[in-house]
Parts: sequence; structure tokens; C-alpha cells
Amino acid sequence: MATTLKINGKQKTFDAPADMPLLWVLRDILGLTGTKFGCGIAQCGACTVHIDGKPVRSCLFPVSAVRDRAVVTIEGVGATPVGAKVQKAWLDLEVIQCGYCQSGQIMSAAALLSTTPKPDDSDIDAAMAGNICRCGTYVRIREAIKQAASDGRS
Amino acid sequence: MTIPDTASRGLSRRTILASGLASGLAAGFVLAFHLPVRAANEPVQSPDDTTGKFAPNAFIRIDNAGKTTLVMPQVEMGQGVYTAVAMILAEELDADFSQVRLLHAPPNDKLYGNPTFGIQVTGNSNSIRAFWKPLREAGAGARAMLVQAAAQQWQVEAARCTTSNGEVRHAESGRKLGYGALAEAAGKQTPPQQVALKDPKNFTLIGKPLKRFDTPDKTNGKAVYGIDAMLAGMKFASVRACPVFGGKVAKVDDGAAKKVPGVRQVIVLDDMVAVVGDHMWAAKKGLDALDVTWDEGANARVSSKDIWDHLRAASEKDGAVAKSRGDIVKGLASGDRLEASYELPFLAHAPMEPLNATVHFKGDACEIWTGTQVISRVQSAAAQAAGLPVEKVTANNHLIGGGFGRRLEPDMVVAAVRVARQVDGPVKVVWTREEDIQHDIYRPVYRDTIAASLSNGKIVGWKYRVTGSSVIARWLPPAFQNGIDIDAVDSAVDMPYDIPNFHVEYVRAEPPAVPTGFWRGVGPNNNVFAIECFMDELARKAGKDPIAFRRDMLEGTPRLKAALDLVAEKSKWDEKMPARVGKGVCAQPSFGSFIATVVEAEVDEQGEVHLRRVTSAVDTGIAVNPDTIVAQLQGGLIFGLTAALYGEITIKNGRVQQSNFNDYRMLRIDQVPKIEVHVIKSGEAPGGIGETGATAGPPALRNAILAATGIALRRLPIDRDALAVRKKS
Repeated sequence: MATTLKINGKQKTFDAPADMPLLWVLRDILGLTGTKFGCGIAQCGACTVHIDGKPVRSCLFPVSAVRDRAVVTIEGVGATPVGAKVQKAWLDLEVIQCGYCQSGQIMSAAALLSTTPKPDDSDIDAAMAGNICRCGTYVRIREAIKQAASDGRS
Repeated sequence: MTIPDTASRGLSRRTILASGLASGLAAGFVLAFHLPVRAANEPVQSPDDTTGKFAPNAFIRIDNAGKTTLVMPQVEMGQGVYTAVAMILAEELDADFSQVRLLHAPPNDKLYGNPTFGIQVTGNSNSIRAFWKPLREAGAGARAMLVQAAAQQWQVEAARCTTSNGEVRHAESGRKLGYGALAEAAGKQTPPQQVALKDPKNFTLIGKPLKRFDTPDKTNGKAVYGIDAMLAGMKFASVRACPVFGGKVAKVDDGAAKKVPGVRQVIVLDDMVAVVGDHMWAAKKGLDALDVTWDEGANARVSSKDIWDHLRAASEKDGAVAKSRGDIVKGLASGDRLEASYELPFLAHAPMEPLNATVHFKGDACEIWTGTQVISRVQSAAAQAAGLPVEKVTANNHLIGGGFGRRLEPDMVVAAVRVARQVDGPVKVVWTREEDIQHDIYRPVYRDTIAASLSNGKIVGWKYRVTGSSVIARWLPPAFQNGIDIDAVDSAVDMPYDIPNFHVEYVRAEPPAVPTGFWRGVGPNNNVFAIECFMDELARKAGKDPIAFRRDMLEGTPRLKAALDLVAEKSKWDEKMPARVGKGVCAQPSFGSFIATVVEAEVDEQGEVHLRRVTSAVDTGIAVNPDTIVAQLQGGLIFGLTAALYGEITIKNGRVQQSNFNDYRMLRIDQVPKIEVHVIKSGEAPGGIGETGATAGPPALRNAILAATGIALRRLPIDRDALAVRKKS
């Protein structure tokens, strides 16, 4: 089925089954491999992308359900001021280890800061508890979100 | 796995393993290819062309423009090794660190073999320990040749020249030349026989918390892991192995699977099936639509109970003696005696990047794209599976999305090659999370029994029997000698406490059905848990504070004693705790690092355990990149605490009962407290760090629970029912 989606500000047209999760469209059809497969059951958050700014687990989100809403992935999030701030904080505090989950962590954090510019610890817990990190970078993720929140006055 | 003190038994890991690795300096030139850490995921390899470059050894290339390329013998899986290795090379080379580029090493044991193992291995927390000297010598040797070249050109004494930031200078004449300008002439110099290494007080890179090379591309989706390999015309496959270990395929009806849109091919092998499609979604749906009848074979009735019965029976036998000093019979006969057994479950690795390998089988050649801790072993295993000579197999390594020991095995590549042999063109084989967890090579079940006697508040006799699978016997057979798995008893023989009568033995017990392998923390994970849990029980029996009890027996291990003192201070060990809150300690000398950790935890009335605070003090010798030391401990502690709180793989009817993160749980950010790590400044040679936190977390937590509740748990994961004061309604 021919589908057109707006991804990172660009229109992309491709053929995919209607029930195909957005994750596999991004990775296997469009070659946007920054979005990661971790569990396939929305338990780990590695596949998190934004649909109209909201964090979505793309491993269970059928491509046909996106419709005309804007998709932003890790490849495009740096173009938003909040995404760029999160990326910078991640590097300033050297959050990342293996990095495989971090696309999803950064997307969840950017979504949090866009709705809650000054999150407290419980806001961070609520927004980030769906993202597993096997390397255990949680302590620095929390610090980096706070730093990103205090950088600039968004 | 530190090198155990086994000289008294004529057994030494060094002598067993020292095969074929000349120092990197003497090893000559690299041929083969490189994979730059770069932005595009078109993993086309170009040969590591050293033509026109100064390439004095396996690790360093400098071109005429001064571009300095460092070839990484160890793989980056999050532990920061690329940055640390580059820092060591660049330190002695006096390279311009801002201009350095990194390459993954190709498979080549001779050039890039880990000095401890003789083959290319990233594991055992030993990258920096094993390569510290060879890398420094490689850097210093290359520097000496550049200096000689400059001195010759200027007709001055080499000893009057200095180097820094990629330049040779001669102060008296005010001349200087960049390494690029000297590259050609340096290549004509004779490599020095002996090189002087820097006095550590002159280090300009080592010891500084430098930014990592690998992280910027991990914030923007550009980093390329094995699972991200994309090739023109590639297909996507997923596999399903017989759910019962050792079982086979009996019959397959692929009618429905072949009707799934995007499915191209169904492949039936003797022990597994694969569906190949236009994308992973087709492959996954195709697998679900396959009707497979399995011949479950001999293991179809094996359950966890059988495995524990088997292990417990084996643990009653005498073992092979790994170390003995003093008179253990006399030692145990005097004073107050205590005995306890500790049991650890099977664990899956569950790296965030599921198992995968991309393979292009071309009949007379085969190319592999994957992320592995053992690239040369992957190449040879793939060659065997492909029915090709090793030189016909190209293996391209990648950044690894979590290793933890799982990628010390080549089984996933072997499976992918078997699939690819039947596919026309390249195919990326990706395991579902369920397959990844149910067909892991698991951390073994262990049962450790320790008997000890106390006299005047000190241990006078200590008899420790380790019972469990020998991973070494399968993975590195020459290292398994005289019935001893040197990894399984590593921290058991390397005891930090001063005990006059001391005896360690090992019983090998291979669990029915379940394959076993290395897991983050390897042998010490088990040993440190048993030792440090038992130390707390002994302290209670002696009526002493757990830290004071340990401290009094650490005269022979002053670095651990200092770490213990520091953690006592930083964790406010002596402060009074509310009801059902406790602090627990773990002290360990494992992997050549001396670490003391305090966990503070609360046990609620339902038996749920809440982490409140974690504090570690670490003497890891010279900390090459101190920020990495802190990060590895923070993360390792969470890894270990996750296992202590949740980790257990159970077996029913020959199959794993867990399947994904819903029933194989992980700690999440809302459960993780403040974790403070204090790095002790040290001039000793670097110790290992990557696995130490995983080893420290579980016993410290268990001892915190003991302090909070008085209940001495002797198994993991934590048994909440045993801790509950009120039954759950």
C-alpha cells in the first residue's frame, strides 16, 4: 500500500502493509536506523519517536495510524531547540555508554521538556520509566535532563 | 578474572595462554581493512592502506598530512575503551589528540590478540590491564622513530629533541616539524629495541576526564551498530529455534507463512526455522504464521528442579583443590564454626541490541557484518559454517549495543551463515527479543558452600567450595587444567582477608540441557557474592560491625582497606537508620581493582526492596579516563542490582519460561537512587573496571537487607515473600 508520511520535515512515499509498525518502516524501508528495535512489545522504549511532538513507541504503532501527523526521529530531533539542548546535555555529562537505548532516551527526554520545561524528579520518573538502559546510565540521564532544563529559558 | 595466585600449584594462566602474541610493536604491518567509526551505515570496507603512511606497528598510522589513525584492538561496547586506548597510544606518541581518528581492528589474532588470551577478546575487564604496556610501547616506539627522523634531518642529537601535540621540536635551533612532514622519513627508521616510557607524572592525557570519541554519533542516530548494517538488495530474516534445548524440527507447514505480504522464503534447518522477507515485519509475521512441529528430544522434561537437584548433589562431593594454605582441618576445629551455602540462578544477558548478524554468502566467499567481542573467532566459526577457508570470510566489526559477555560467543553468526547459505544476496538476521532471551548462553547456576571458624573476632579457618559449570572448559579448553576452572574460583583464591588456614576447591557440574557462558562479572560475580554475604554473617556471629570486622583482617590488602575506610566515611556508615532501613557493605579486590561499596535499602512490609543510596570507593590504580571509571561503576552497580532484585531464568519442560522485558525485568530510572563513586588517586598499574560494579551490587544489597530485617538471604534474586512481614492480600 502506497503511503506518504512527513518524517523529519520531509515527505516520504513508500509501500508498506497497513499493519506494519512504524519502527520497521523507518529502519528497513527508509534506512533511518537511528530508531532502535529493543523488545517489540513497547516495554523498553528504544524505538521511541515523536508523532506531533508526543513520544510514541514505534514498535507497536501501525504505520497507517500516523496519517498526516508529523513524525520526528532521532535523526531529526536535533533540529528542534529542545532536542538540541538534550543532545548537548547528554554529551556535556557524558551520559552514554553503549548508546543503543539512547535514541529512545533522548526522544523521551525531549518530549518531556517540550511539555514540562522544568521537570522535577517525579516528572522525570514518569516520563523516563518506560525507557530501559542496560548499561545503567539512569543517574546521568536524570542529571542531563535537569541540565538541559536549566540551559536557556524555554 | 584476575590472574590467580596459582604458582604454588604449577598452574599459571599466563603460561597457558601466552601463545603467539608478540608485542604489538614487533608485530609488523597490518594488512586487511578498516571500518571507520563514521556517519553512514553503508558498511563498505576499504583496505587499511598503509602506503605512504608511517605505520610502525599494528596500532598507529600517520599520513603525510599528519592525520593520525589509531587501530583499536578492543571493541567499544559502552565501556569507553576506544577513548582509553586512544589516550594511552596518543600519550606516549605525543599525538595531537584533537586530530586522532579511530578504526575497528580487523580479525587478526597475531596483531590484535589480547595478551591474556592469545586471541582477540574484549572481556574480563582486562582491555586496559592487558594492553597498558604494549600500547604504551607502541606509542613510545613510534615517537622515537619520528624523533630520529627529525634529528637526522636537522643533524642534531635525538636526545635534544622534544615532542608534543604531533610535533617534534629542537629548542636550541628553534626548529619544529609536524608528524605528517616526518611520516615518510620516520618509516625508514629502524624501530628501537627498547623504548623509554613516560614518567606518569608527565602524563598530559592519561588521568584527565576526556570526552569520548564514540558518543556524539550516539546522540543523533548516526552511530552504526551491527543491527544497522544496510546493504543494497539486502533481505531481512528472523529465526526461531526449537524452544526445547537440543530439540529439532520435525515438520513444517509453511503455507500460511508464505502468504504473508513481504515474505520471500521459508528456510528449514535441522534445529531452527527462518523466514526471509522484505523487512523484519514480514519475517516476524511469517514466523508467527509458520506451523512447526518440533521433535523436542531428550531435554523435553528438564525443569529447574532437576537442575538444582543435580547441582546440590554435586556440591556435596569433594572438589579439585584450587588453593590451600595452613592446616584447614585444625583451623576449622578451633573456635566458633559457621557454615552456609549460597545459590545463584541462571541469568540471560539481554543486551539492548538483540542478537543479529548480516551475512552475504557468495558461494566461494562470505562477508559478515556484526558487533562482536571476539572478531577472529567469529571469522573462523563463520568459515566453518560456510564451508570456506578462513581467508574467504571477511568479518566487519561494529559498535556493540551491549555485550555483557553474550557477544563472546559466535553462535548467532553461525546461525546467520546457515540461513544465508540458502539466500540469494545479503541477508540481515535479527533475533526477536523472545528468541534472544530464550536462546541465550546463560550465566550458570552456582552453589557455593563456605565453612569458617572464628576466634577472638577473627577468621582462623576458611573452607570454600565452588560448584558450577565450567565456562572456561568449553570456551578456552587449554586453560582448564587439573579440574580447576580458573575463572570460577578467581575471587575465591584471591581472597583479600588475612586467614591463616585457607582452602578452596572446585566441583565442575554442568547443568542438564542449558548452555552456559560468561556474564558480566564472570567468576568473581559468584565468588564475591558468597564471600561478602558470609562475611556479614560471620561479623554478626562475632558481634562486630561488618566494616570493622573486615577491616581488622585487611592488613595484607591495604588498598582495599583504604577504600573501605573511604566508603565508610562517604556513606555515613555509622548514622542511625530508621526501622526496616539498612546499610550493607561489599569489599572486593576483583579484576585488579579495590572497591568498597555501601548500599542503603529499605524493605517495606510487603517485602519489596527500595534502593535509597549507593556509595562506592575505588582504587583502580592509574585511572586512564577517570570519568569512565565513575560511569562504569555507576552502570555496573545498576546491572548487578537489577540481577539481585529480578534476575532469574527458570526452566520448565526443557524450555526457558521468561521471554521479554515484561517477565525478565530490569531496573528503571524511577527505582534508581543517587550513586556516588569516589575514585582514589593511585600510581599503581591500571586495574579492570567494566565488571566490578556488577559484582559489588548484589552482596552489598543483600547485606543491607540483612541489616534492615535480620534476615540472611542466601539465594538470588531477592525473595520478597521471605522478607514480607504482612502477607499480600
